[in-house]
Amino acid sequence: MKKVQLIKIAHARSGDKGDASNVGLIARKAEYYPILREKVTPEAVKKHFAGICRGKVDRYELPNLCALNFLLREALGGGGTVSLRNDAQGKTMSTALLRMEIEVPDDLAISG
Amino acid sequence: MKQKEFIRIASGQGYWGDLPQAPYWQVSKGPTDYLVMDYLAEVTMSILQKQKSRDPKLGYAKDLLLVIEQILPIILEKNIKVITNGGGVNPQACRDAIFEIARKAGVKGLKIGVVYGDDIYGRIDQLLEAGHDLKNMDTGESLRTVRDRLQSANVYFGAFPIADALRQGAQIVLTGRATDTGLTLAPMIHEFGWSERDYDKLAAGIVAGHILECGGQSSGGNFLKDWRNVPDLANIGFPIAEAHPDGTVYITKHDGTGGLVSVDTIKEQLLYEIGDPREYITPEVIADFTSINLEQAGENRVRVFDIKGKPATDSYKVSMAYSDGFYAIGTLTYGWPDALEKAQAADKIMRQRLEDLGYKYDEFHTEFLGYNSCHGPLSPMPSELNEVVLRVAVRGKDREAIDAFGRQLVPLVLTGPPTVTGFGAGRPKPQDVVAYWPALISKELAKPVVEVTALK
Repeated sequence: MKKVQLIKIAHARSGDKGDASNVGLIARKAEYYPILREKVTPEAVKKHFAGICRGKVDRYELPNLCALNFLLREALGGGGTVSLRNDAQGKTMSTALLRMEIEVPDDLAISG
Repeated sequence: MKQKEFIRIASGQGYWGDLPQAPYWQVSKGPTDYLVMDYLAEVTMSILQKQKSRDPKLGYAKDLLLVIEQILPIILEKNIKVITNGGGVNPQACRDAIFEIARKAGVKGLKIGVVYGDDIYGRIDQLLEAGHDLKNMDTGESLRTVRDRLQSANVYFGAFPIADALRQGAQIVLTGRATDTGLTLAPMIHEFGWSERDYDKLAAGIVAGHILECGGQSSGGNFLKDWRNVPDLANIGFPIAEAHPDGTVYITKHDGTGGLVSVDTIKEQLLYEIGDPREYITPEVIADFTSINLEQAGENRVRVFDIKGKPATDSYKVSMAYSDGFYAIGTLTYGWPDALEKAQAADKIMRQRLEDLGYKYDEFHTEFLGYNSCHGPLSPMPSELNEVVLRVAVRGKDREAIDAFGRQLVPLVLTGPPTVTGFGAGRPKPQDVVAYWPALISKELAKPVVEVTALK
């Protein structure tokens, strides 16, 4: 197994839903989707966002788009209009998730 | 009237403050049948409600008038219909202002439709007394807890009342609080005669609406996968939905414009601000985002098809805003060397001075721009920063405490760590916190009103 940062095998977009941040994680190639599905669990994401996400993490699968959708509850300092954060709407939570490292098989070719 | 083979619905604004030239580009750079523009964010209604309380002729998106002034001749010449929720809390006043523009331009017979009935601010006490608690969808609390601080309350209506206004011949439809997706779905209902039971087709229109509702964000803007290779963003073409009667939609943009429409740009937008993808709830239908198929059908052309939907719920969402204290935000820039260390020391000094003066806050939030304001504790410590911006922010119920915070910031320049600048904006002033209260209301309790008027 080797370690790979999610940004190499996925792209993402994030935004806000009240005090929850939504992060959509999309496999850069269809063959990466099962790996994302296996490794990027709600527990792993909650752990990754320690100190940012105070609530629970829900995960939804969109196999048709080779994508996962995460809802990070209590992650935006009270939400869009109350939040004092520079990123009150969670626009950069996408790349915060893409910092995460996961283990992948040694023979997985990474490109694109 | 013979049914059209397809219609082109163009997104002109993704939010109030979006690219001002986009609406004109959409009606002038290529064929368009409908122009849809979203102006309302969650707290916009409370700002508009305040404006209306000061002047009964205000309370709508004033920028819309500038757009209409610019595009009116061309939409009349090409018979392009305009649909927008820029009517805010006063679509009738917005209509009158547009009629005034048309009158000055010598236009006769212009038909404008307004959709209202969404504003339930004046009915809140009556609803509460009748036992409708309008509970907060997130916390479960009764609206009574913030009733005395409530600033606006609007029901999200959908596409059907807009389609009704189109049926009555409106050239421009102005709504109050309508869903962003409904603006795009409405012309499909109108042109193709879809009914409230055409769940899959309605869901297709909703998905098209979701793709269009943030303007350029589906046509190459904010595209994370490969932003460097998006051509000519300066002239970005906003997305256009080419809708067909069977519910198939092609997303495209005008020829010769910049930006990019690809399966990947559409995927990123589909995942934007959604919850459970199998249950995308709108007033018309529940759309299943896990049924969406995408296929690159040409250059800057994506086919969106096979979408499934199921019957809508029996309630509307209500968006309410209430006053919740004050906040202030201030920044100072610290230069090399030891920029971060100096900014951290300044933050500490400021906190101590305010504490010594006895001020308390619900929240005192510090970030260091250039180091951690985006990713917080996930940000690796850089070896050395050339400069860093200290950003401090406070929130609380006591306006005086917030004001005191403002008075303590700039003095740090001469009474704190060295080489600090960027205080040109002066003392940060207290601002109102407007908090959001989402709730549900039975569809029986809120009925849209549609009114189409011709300019005499």
